[in-house]
Amino acid sequence: MTRKVATLPMLLGLALLLLLAFPLIGDKFYLQLLSKIMLMAIFAMSLDLLVGYTGLVSLGHAAFFGLGAYALWFLSPKYGAANLYLSLPLAIGVTGLAALAVGLLVLRSSGVYFIMVTLAFAQMFYYYALGAKWMGGSDGAYVYVRPDARLAGWVPFDLGNYVHFYYVALLLLALVYLLLRMIVASPFGRVISAIRSNEGRTRALGFPVFRYKLASFVIAGALAGLAGYLDAAQFGFVNPDLFGWRLSGTVLMMVILGGMGSLHGPILGAFVLVLLEDYLSGATRHWLLPMGLFIIFAVLLLPRGLRGLLAKPPAEAADG
Amino acid sequence: MSDEVVFFLIQILNGVQYGLLLFLVASGLTLVFGIMGIINLAHGSFYMVGAYLCYWLAEATGSLWLAILLAVPLAILLGLLLEALLFSRLYARDHLYQVLLTYGLILVLEECRSLAFGDDVHGVAIPSWLDFSLPLTQTLSYPVYRLFLSAACLLLAGCMYLVIQRTRLGMAIRAGSANREMVQLLGIDVGRLFQLVFAAGVALAAFAGMIASPIASVYPGMGNQILIVCFVVVVIGGIGSIKGAFLASLLIGLADTFGQILMPQLSGMTIYVLMAGVLLWRPAGLFGRT
Repeated sequence: MTRKVATLPMLLGLALLLLLAFPLIGDKFYLQLLSKIMLMAIFAMSLDLLVGYTGLVSLGHAAFFGLGAYALWFLSPKYGAANLYLSLPLAIGVTGLAALAVGLLVLRSSGVYFIMVTLAFAQMFYYYALGAKWMGGSDGAYVYVRPDARLAGWVPFDLGNYVHFYYVALLLLALVYLLLRMIVASPFGRVISAIRSNEGRTRALGFPVFRYKLASFVIAGALAGLAGYLDAAQFGFVNPDLFGWRLSGTVLMMVILGGMGSLHGPILGAFVLVLLEDYLSGATRHWLLPMGLFIIFAVLLLPRGLRGLLAKPPAEAADG
Repeated sequence: MSDEVVFFLIQILNGVQYGLLLFLVASGLTLVFGIMGIINLAHGSFYMVGAYLCYWLAEATGSLWLAILLAVPLAILLGLLLEALLFSRLYARDHLYQVLLTYGLILVLEECRSLAFGDDVHGVAIPSWLDFSLPLTQTLSYPVYRLFLSAACLLLAGCMYLVIQRTRLGMAIRAGSANREMVQLLGIDVGRLFQLVFAAGVALAAFAGMIASPIASVYPGMGNQILIVCFVVVVIGGIGSIKGAFLASLLIGLADTFGQILMPQLSGMTIYVLMAGVLLWRPAGLFGRT
């Protein structure tokens, strides 16, 4: 165990160095692809807090991703830029509030009900966005100008510049990773892990289980909102598919494929899945067929995710 | 009768017809979960497979009845095949993996559909002797095929009731949804039971797709749309409860139909609001066990 603990930060540090140096060699296409991967990695890590740490399998996490994206669209003036320092916290706050409202309802159910109910709520958002003319309906809407990062006349970076955006995404990825590391290592993190392993016993110990689950749901929702905000900022476009269950399924696949309950696993999953998607969709119009087969075989053959290929099975107590 | 009253009655008929159709799909979903403990996201895809099989065979044979007669055994075969290849490996696994594998299956079935039939919307002709409407007032009438559809669904629901309540197999099914482990311990061949239930669920969903195809047409994404509505049905009715699925289907059918008339802008959301209400009131559904 001691060896593994020592190598993980080294591997992560190496990955960080590679990502920091990548703009020296990468062209625009790959930098934008990597930015996309990093924002999906934030999204996947936020879901991992629910699935891997709290034991809540949500199939509607895209609801909050979409909400974060639409929040940026809503806060952007028609042909002007939204203030980054105002719109980003607002977007995260609104998504967190939405997660609180949704969580109050969906957390009344558990297990397989929870899966169905989260999916159904995300569909509710989806259908609303699809039908709402003021949100652009099924055509979606454009964020014409990227959020403005000006601080009292000084411009530290420009989100319209793809290299700058890449570094901002990398910075946020690192910050979210550290934040979630701190959360899962905190007493709060211990309690949600306890809920995952044995909810009844945790309740018997006197912990207000519902409130802990709700807090975890809100944090995960707010971080998904951050990822969605970045998505809208990167592509300048929002549409109802951002709420869709294809995205919810994909991000769940990232978490499982990478290895849930580890935080770096979902990052790995995001890399593999986005790259695979990019490769397959370039190779054939019917790329969902090989993608589906890949998912089926991954479930049948890799019960512990890609991470399971690299490391020995951990003792049960290691993550509990 | 005035036009308003007749219009109202027609909407009730439409709502009931939609609800009965939903029941055929949702009953399979709830049975497969209640007995086998499997959450099957691909269940809606079987509805789509049924509709496309029906479209294909009806084009080839020129008869809707012949198409249904040929397509139902094919659907059962598909069910048995998938159970043997994929689902039998999922019984011992966590719901999480069931969700992912069946999600992968949706993508595969959807793309196979796209490869075989393209992405256009297709129609299936109503058999000529059912292709007329009953005149109700000067301006309003009701299509007979919809009445036939409701009758067929009711007939099937009645058969299901008899099988589940009155036969040995039904006894095993009821026992299985109450306590799976106990049924295994009592020496019932669970493997066979699972095969049967799964194939029946696939056949029911596919059959629903077949008889719905003349009025709902055949289009990409139809499976996912009905799947999510069925989730709402199962959540409201209580997982594993056939009775709950029946009542919730009718409720959703009527709520959706009237939602579209009364609040056209928000019609997509009616059933979800209903679901949220039921969750607040009874988190395990109307007939669910907590």
